[in-house]
Amino acid sequence: MTDATPADFAAQGLRESATFDRTTIAAIQHAARTGIYDIRGGGAKRKLPHFDDLLFLGASMSRYPLEGYRERCDTDVVLGARNAKFPLHLSTPVTIAGMSFGALSGRAKEALGRGASEVGTSTTTGDGGMTDEERGHSKHLVYQYLPSRYGMNPDHLRAADAIEVVLGQGAKPGGGGMLLGQKITERVAGMRTLPVGVDQRSACRHPDWTGPDDLAIKIGELREITDWEKPVYVKVGASRPYYDVKLAVKAGADVVVVDGMQGGTAATQDVFIEHVGIPTLAAIPEAVRALQEMGVHREVQLIVSGGVRNGADLAKCMALGADAVAIGTAALIALGDNDPALDAEYRKIGSAAGYYDDWQAGQDPAGITTQDPELQQRFDPEVGGRRLANYLRVMTMEAQIIARACGKAHLQHLEPEDLVALTIEAAAMTRLPLAGTSWIPGQGS
Amino acid sequence: MGTLTQEIPAPTVTTDVDLTTTSVRELNAALHAEPEGSTAAYRVVHPAGRHAVAVGLDRPVTVTVEGHVGYYAAGMNQHATVEVHGNAGVGVAENMMSGRVHVHGDASQSAGATAHGGLLVVDGNAAARCGISMKGVDIVVGGNVGHMSGFMAQAGRMVVCGDAGDALGDSIYEARIYVQGTVASLGADCVAKEMRPEHLAEVTDLLAAAGRDDDPAAFTRYGSARTLYNFHVDNASAY
Repeated sequence: MTDATPADFAAQGLRESATFDRTTIAAIQHAARTGIYDIRGGGAKRKLPHFDDLLFLGASMSRYPLEGYRERCDTDVVLGARNAKFPLHLSTPVTIAGMSFGALSGRAKEALGRGASEVGTSTTTGDGGMTDEERGHSKHLVYQYLPSRYGMNPDHLRAADAIEVVLGQGAKPGGGGMLLGQKITERVAGMRTLPVGVDQRSACRHPDWTGPDDLAIKIGELREITDWEKPVYVKVGASRPYYDVKLAVKAGADVVVVDGMQGGTAATQDVFIEHVGIPTLAAIPEAVRALQEMGVHREVQLIVSGGVRNGADLAKCMALGADAVAIGTAALIALGDNDPALDAEYRKIGSAAGYYDDWQAGQDPAGITTQDPELQQRFDPEVGGRRLANYLRVMTMEAQIIARACGKAHLQHLEPEDLVALTIEAAAMTRLPLAGTSWIPGQGS
Repeated sequence: MGTLTQEIPAPTVTTDVDLTTTSVRELNAALHAEPEGSTAAYRVVHPAGRHAVAVGLDRPVTVTVEGHVGYYAAGMNQHATVEVHGNAGVGVAENMMSGRVHVHGDASQSAGATAHGGLLVVDGNAAARCGISMKGVDIVVGGNVGHMSGFMAQAGRMVVCGDAGDALGDSIYEARIYVQGTVASLGADCVAKEMRPEHLAEVTDLLAAAGRDDDPAAFTRYGSARTLYNFHVDNASAY
């Protein structure tokens, strides 16, 4: 019976329930057996309206394209000029999202810095503070200011190039974090001021401010501490982006980061990842609308993250009104996560290449999401950094190809008018016309 | 734990700053511009509840504030001594790394939040969440502390000379809390513990450092039962 296919079962008259399918049955059985929910890494796995549901129109009789490889299509972006003395000027609008030392090995953090710096973009710390590897290898480093304040240090605040106040992330808007004890080595524990081997909970709310009015005062304090030199980002998980973006801008953010539910996490309950928050595609137009209504679109930059995979996704984000994107999961894959060459080792720990998401477990055969000294040694940060730089270059070039085809001399010139939607859901979320029609759901005929 | 007292050479000149004519930004910029090792003294008047007064200091200067301050006074302090002759708003000395902050009046909520080191003294009462997520700081409160004080406190010592509100030390890690008065209720995983000689000694030192003459023997120690350090489904109701 082990080789039987669904068709064989159907031939026998067996019928799988759409409600209680085999995945659901397995989840119930797992819960009953263990008494614990599933915790995993990554973002939402369910099929969602996404960038694949949009298409670019390209130039035609009414639009004039730019010559590929010959005519310029610039990609740079300035982040945080609203209040900061020293805004970030990046060569590509693809940034590296916040991922903690602790969740990732020090060598993986170093590789992220190497790869990002090679192409002139930024990388971001995470819960657990700033490491020397990361600062030393990152030309532009964004320092996250999180509820746990693990490793929070004013010297690091001053050493950063920008500050990102984190309210939430797309995988778990409204949720805190948990770094399981098996990843808490002496170094990780020391940076977080906690005992070795203890589960490290990260709070879901900041300890010394509540609400947007307080946030404005908090941002003021961070600016005072750093002499108004550094851009201050505010990152939110996508749930109510229209209101959150408005409140973040009112609180003084120079840059707003909106992370959709496909955005990854190092360790979160599966039920949280799959059932809380909204897709990235749905969040972007609402965030842009908020900025436009406040008259600060492009003055306050919008960084979008959550499921950005290639240059087409980048171009679509830009066309919808983002100034830049951030990648996390895709960056880890570029480093070597889920490498098919490691398939046999993934299978030993109950997974397979292409499926591995137990980033919380510390057993990563690729040596990326682990603190195990032997596993870490498998990962070469120089090689990983080069792979990441290659990938970032490809993404940027892909976006340029599309932008030139749309007649745009800068990625920021991409606009909604360049896009159509393939599905009614995507059309409704993005307020773009359904392909081949002029119909935008909710806006008449 | 950290040093409780520091030798501060007597400064010869005091710079007066009036916050009705000088902005907080100018005050902080001047304090940040002090050269390494500076022991300069500043006297700040008319703070009028302004936020972020004397934040991000990184020199062994002395700042005396005459009046009430708003949120985050002396935030992220390193090395400096900040005296507030008035009340302090939310998050006084938040994330302090070292030095000494002394509030002669009352402090609002989240006093000493996430602070890693140094000494915070509040002569009056401290509101809710005093010492929340503290990571090594020493806190001495002359009066009472509000609910959820010491929530997720990771390291350091907190001495409460008055009473503590509900849920003291909820989800506490390795910090130690000493209370002289009553505790309305203990939070999850926080328990009363034996006062051994070393604990009596550290309370004695902390009270002395804060300039108080309370009887150390009258205090009870509270800390973590360590039952929630690793998730177990049988403890689900405690989370």
